[in-house]
Amino acid sequence: MAEHLPPKERTKIPRQSMPEQDAHERAHNFDEVNLGLEIVVAEKEAQRCLACNDPKCVQGCPVGVKIREFVDLVMDGEYLKAAAKIREDNVLPAVTGRVCPQENQCEGSCILGKRFSPLAIGHLERFVADYEQATGQVGLPDRAPLTGKKVAIVGSGPAGLSCAGDLVLKGHRVTVFEALHEIGGVLLYGIPEFRLPKEIVRNEVDNLSKMGVDFQTNVVVGKTVTVDELLGEEGYDALFIATGAGLPKFMNLPGEHLGGVYSANEFLTRVNLMKAYDSEHYDSPIYDCRDRNVAVIGGGNTAMDAVRSALRLGAKNAFIIYRRSEEEMPARREEVHHAKDEGVQFMNLHNPVEFLGNDDGYLTAVRLIKMELGPEDESGRRKPIPMEGSEFDLPLDVAIIAIGTGANPLVQSTTPDMQTNKWGYIVADEQTLRTTKRGVFAGGDIVSGSATVILAMGAGRTAARSIHDYLITAEW
Amino acid sequence: MFPIREATFLALDVKLLRIEAPRIARRREAGQFVIVRVHEHGERIPLTIADSDVDQGTITIIVQGIGKTTKLINMLETGDVIQDVVGPLGEASEVSLFGTVVVIGGGVGTAIAYPTAVAMKQAGNRVLSIIGAKTKDLIILKEQMQATSDALFVMTDDGSDGTQGFVTQKLVELLQGGEQIDRVLAIGPIPMMSAVADVTRPHGIKTIVSLNPIMVDGTGMCGGCRVTVGGQSRFACVDGPEFDAHDVDFKILAQRNTLYRAQERAALESLEADPAGDLEEIRHCRLEQKHPEVGPQAK
Ligand SMILES: Cc1cc2nc3c(=O)[nH]c(=O)nc-3n(C[C@H](O)[C@H](O)[C@H](O)COP(=O)(O)OP(=O)(O)OC[C@H]3O[C@@H](n4cnc5c(N)ncnc54)[C@H](O)[C@@H]3O)c2cc1C
Ligand code: FES
Repeated sequence: MAEHLPPKERTKIPRQSMPEQDAHERAHNFDEVNLGLEIVVAEKEAQRCLACNDPKCVQGCPVGVKIREFVDLVMDGEYLKAAAKIREDNVLPAVTGRVCPQENQCEGSCILGKRFSPLAIGHLERFVADYEQATGQVGLPDRAPLTGKKVAIVGSGPAGLSCAGDLVLKGHRVTVFEALHEIGGVLLYGIPEFRLPKEIVRNEVDNLSKMGVDFQTNVVVGKTVTVDELLGEEGYDALFIATGAGLPKFMNLPGEHLGGVYSANEFLTRVNLMKAYDSEHYDSPIYDCRDRNVAVIGGGNTAMDAVRSALRLGAKNAFIIYRRSEEEMPARREEVHHAKDEGVQFMNLHNPVEFLGNDDGYLTAVRLIKMELGPEDESGRRKPIPMEGSEFDLPLDVAIIAIGTGANPLVQSTTPDMQTNKWGYIVADEQTLRTTKRGVFAGGDIVSGSATVILAMGAGRTAARSIHDYLITAEW
Repeated sequence: MFPIREATFLALDVKLLRIEAPRIARRREAGQFVIVRVHEHGERIPLTIADSDVDQGTITIIVQGIGKTTKLINMLETGDVIQDVVGPLGEASEVSLFGTVVVIGGGVGTAIAYPTAVAMKQAGNRVLSIIGAKTKDLIILKEQMQATSDALFVMTDDGSDGTQGFVTQKLVELLQGGEQIDRVLAIGPIPMMSAVADVTRPHGIKTIVSLNPIMVDGTGMCGGCRVTVGGQSRFACVDGPEFDAHDVDFKILAQRNTLYRAQERAALESLEADPAGDLEEIRHCRLEQKHPEVGPQAK
């Protein structure tokens, strides 16, 4: 085992930076921004770990990845073992290494961060996951003998995928039903190629197929088949609903119908799932952003993804319009930095009041009002208050609304004996993820509301455990 | 993969395709649609289910070749395979015993109206149908509509079949003749649906139209299909496709449907110049399905 340097020496090593594509260049392509750490750099970074006896980073991780142990393995050059260590708790390390909000989780809890920069845990996680993938030696665990039980999973985002993986290993037959024509949920249709290459998602899905998971695309549960039919005629013993929070919210402002006004879901789906950015090879169109003014309304990851996509589609000016200040922005820090480097213009403390258009029904401008921050609201953030008389018009060709999403009612409305809350999310027991309907479990964004990939994945694994218990004991 | 069991032209540029899709066939009701993606590089477009056969596990769609994707679909033949078909989507038509129902189909809209006409007839309604097109060759499903209607009126712009004139003309005639109409279902080009709404509005006759906005997912996830109905934004794919004609803002619908006109034209031109690539992509799937050993690497 490699020797740890004395603590003093460790803190002298600066946090190793992630090499990235040049900002000017990448603003015009959809290739991944972060290029990944070299082996020597990763080892050097791993040496910074203080090897705490009571690692706070592990507590900061929503699924308790054994961070200290995997970082030790990186120091020892045991990358495949490090990857296997992460996989004990996190089945999608190549994904979470790229998209987790580490600054609020593991890295946010890292003791080094108190005086120095925190350990680059996300970058290390990505490093070992990519290493594992590149060697083609992904240690797929063995499958237990078949139990004869069948489980249906509705939705193929991180919650559905992780649940499928765990259950198939326990020897159950698992079928994942997905409404769209490709597997991956938000990882596929929402998060763009330049942040999460689709190849990575496809690899994870291929691994699951190899493990025995059956995927059925083009099945909208609630329309093509109902929950009751799956549990009845189709003979499934249990069901996990992981349909995400995919219903786009609009602002109900005048002019929202205008051509050029999009929901972020539509814009990103056209770009990512339908590959509208590659118009030479794909048929789905997207509004021509070239040399135009594009603004995205919102301050979350979705907003950053949309605005950076618009830039890559050739926008002349790409704006973020956000009603609070940068401090309150829910997006990952790294994405905000990347967006700025690429030339995105931030109009914080602004809010739209109306979309203006021409006689042909196309957007020409957005009317904005300036905001100021008042006292804290229930969310603990300072409440934005409109400044009267501060309206002005910003000329605009495309406006993308990224102010959040809600629960899609398709499954719930056709499953009347399954309880939902007042916002339409499915009610599930916190510990077991059981819904009020026997044999039906639910987790991920459809229970929590829009959250994160890692939380959805964690929910998928919790569900797998309690579905397994239910299948073995038949007790509800 | 969804194999085509039958493909026949009904009229110039209008093709009927019977597609194997057992799950969809089982659940589909009149008024619902599917979203189709022809091949890996294709777009997703909505098409109404004209008919279904649960025993055979097939659904029928009737497609008018207008843009790239619909023209491409019309090049397909029995034995070809469509990459993705998802549905049945949207709400079913509201069918019950209303009394006298006038069903109006304009152009390929007749194919969309047909299943609902059948359902209306089965529910015991007196069904009067008016179908219209530019010219005789573009009139479709005439015999089928005849069989399901108490009376059928054919209207053509040039008078080559039935009476010369628009479908609204016949509707006005019926009203003037003292016909007691309890409900109207009108499906066709936007100007036609809008004109029908104008005719029935003063009479207070409940009029239903089926809207055809641009869609992506068809499940309420993108909001691209939003239409303005009664001053409110509704998603046609989940709240519709049928709405009360008197509340629909047809102008906004027409404007939104032109959003991608330039791109659509370019795509169509490239297909017409050389359909081989697209067809090969589809035919390749067929090979793959019959001979799995011909994998993607054979491409
Ligand atoms: C643009 C964007 C960027 C994001 N960036 C980040 C990030 O950087 N970091 C992070 O941690 N989180 C991020 N998130 C949030 C994260 O992606 C979600 O919290 C997570 O994907 C939720 O997982 P899920 O499995 O619950 O649902 P989803 O990933 O939403 O998957 C649900 C799946 O179910 C399918 N489905 C829905 N209804 C049905 C039905 N009736 N029948 C069959 N299938 C159905 C959907 O098509 C979808 O594929 C982002 C979200 C978006 C939209
Ligand atoms: S087509 Fe996307 S919401 Fe209707």
